[in-house]
Amino acid sequence: MKSKTVKRRVTLVVVYGLLLGFGLLFFLPFLWLVTTSLKADDAVFEFPPYWIPSRREHITVEGKLRGVYTLEARGERLKVVRLGDTPRGARVRVLEPPARAGENLLVNAEKLTPVRHACFRWENYPRALKTFPFLLYTRNTLYIAILCVIGTLLSASIVAYGFSRLQWPGRDVIFILVLATMMLPDQALVLPRFIMFRHLGWIGSFKPLIVPAFFSTAFDVFLLRQFFLTLPGELSDAARIDGCSEFGILWRIIVPLSKPALATVALLTFIWAWLDFMGPLVYLNDENTYTLALGLAAFLGRHGADWSGLMAAGTVVIAPIIVIFFFAQRTFIRGIALTGMKG
Amino acid sequence: MSPGDKKRLATGLLFISPWIAGFLLFLLYPMASSFYYSLCRYPVLRPPQFIGFGNYARIIHDEYFWKALGNTAFMFIELPLMVVLGLALALLLNQAVRGMAFFRTIFYLPAIVPVVASAMLWLWIYNPEYGLANVLLTKLNLPGLRWLVDPRTSKPSFIIMDLWAVGGGMIIYLAALQGVPEHLFEAAELDGAGAWQKLVHVILPSISPVMLFMIIMGMIGLFQYFTQAWIMTTPRGGPEYSTLFYALYLFQNGFEYFRMGYACAMAWVLFVVILGATVLVLKTSQRWVYYEESR
Repeated sequence: MKSKTVKRRVTLVVVYGLLLGFGLLFFLPFLWLVTTSLKADDAVFEFPPYWIPSRREHITVEGKLRGVYTLEARGERLKVVRLGDTPRGARVRVLEPPARAGENLLVNAEKLTPVRHACFRWENYPRALKTFPFLLYTRNTLYIAILCVIGTLLSASIVAYGFSRLQWPGRDVIFILVLATMMLPDQALVLPRFIMFRHLGWIGSFKPLIVPAFFSTAFDVFLLRQFFLTLPGELSDAARIDGCSEFGILWRIIVPLSKPALATVALLTFIWAWLDFMGPLVYLNDENTYTLALGLAAFLGRHGADWSGLMAAGTVVIAPIIVIFFFAQRTFIRGIALTGMKG
Repeated sequence: MSPGDKKRLATGLLFISPWIAGFLLFLLYPMASSFYYSLCRYPVLRPPQFIGFGNYARIIHDEYFWKALGNTAFMFIELPLMVVLGLALALLLNQAVRGMAFFRTIFYLPAIVPVVASAMLWLWIYNPEYGLANVLLTKLNLPGLRWLVDPRTSKPSFIIMDLWAVGGGMIIYLAALQGVPEHLFEAAELDGAGAWQKLVHVILPSISPVMLFMIIMGMIGLFQYFTQAWIMTTPRGGPEYSTLFYALYLFQNGFEYFRMGYACAMAWVLFVVILGATVLVLKTSQRWVYYEESR
């Protein structure tokens, strides 16, 4: 049985190798987000870009603040300060080693590497969170997101049941209509939708953002319908023979077996509502009702963008989702799959 | 209709009544309005003026319309890539190996980073001078590319960026994989099936309904590709209009050129195209999708 263990070890190594390799690739942009959030404002767009938040070293020479660099020259590494630039190269004065200190040189500017010191600006975070009413916006966003999740779970499961576990004339044609509602680009609907909500007097309230969720969205109906269709029909038949009502079947049989699907719908709905920007932008006008997504937009102000603040706030806004996802995985992943059938 | 049919119709409609109500309340009016606008000249700041099918006639002769349609069609290369990659990742991450929760989170991260932030990120990555992409290429002794600025590589740049966010689809596949019946694996093992055969004959058929969902939703999404292109290309439309996607051109017509009537006409043309493609996919799906529920 030795070959089997070897085979399993090799598989594990390959699996972990792939995961680490691709994982790093996938993680890099997010890492950039976080490291940028810890940089000083003027350092965000520095060229060439760098990873570890740090500051360049400057010292005062002849009354002016000048940059400190390292220079590789004829096998020696020198620490120099840059005095100025001429068409023939950069003028520098040697600082270290002491033996050569004070020497003035003319060098190729490309040979100079800026000296950096690690500097994590943790203050960016408290500063960013004070830029807009963080707690208030969080409360608003949480309120909207939770209601959307509840509304979607309730309505989408009922409607999806109707399209999957019941047979009735015209069912599949109407289902295509459901799909069709996703095929008209939002840009063409934004204006008339706004006009409609204005007629209803809902502009300025949370209603346009929450109420539609209770009537189910085509996306969630489609998703749950596909999941419900993977459950054997015999389950429903047996229950019907036992005199169970359709709603009872949904509640007592389908729903318990669909936990991963329902958890997915809940997670996706929550994330969508949490990060939604267009909806709150269009329908909310009282600053006290604003959501986190709108709060992030506050960083792109009239006086230019506060990038490090934006990155810091962005990281804080995403953090709860990451935590929820990490701990909710148990509902997604069950070790053994069951379909309620034995044998 | 037989009385049995009538009863089942009533039950069916009862269950989908929330959606019907929502459609009548929130979708019917906007959809009908936009169709009416498509038959008008509507400069937004002035009321719409009925002009019949004039917009549609102009569309056919609009070279940017055809360019936008072509650009959007090109992006369909992404569809099989996303499906395969999403599924592969889900299979990889479905193992009960230590640290999996951690890896799943890492792969899911890109899907929740707000689009604005990730767009900025990728603008930096794709910078021809100092972006991460070219830095990696030069480390491998390969020539740097001009990515978003080069009409030949602009669309593939977007495709790569989208593949990074494949984690979103991955979790749907993960959920689907939970529903594959264990007893089928046992039966397959008894029949001497290897890993690949288990994949093709047990897993894929069991999750085929969800794969159909991913394919159709992917299609609908690709036809309406907009946000990333809008944020990341200036001038909008990209080099030689190589990234002028359909929804982007639509948006420009409606909100930048104030030709809302024309934009709505474009929207309804797209609607017909997507509807046709979806019905086609649905019809052919009967051949490969396996539903446990007897239909």
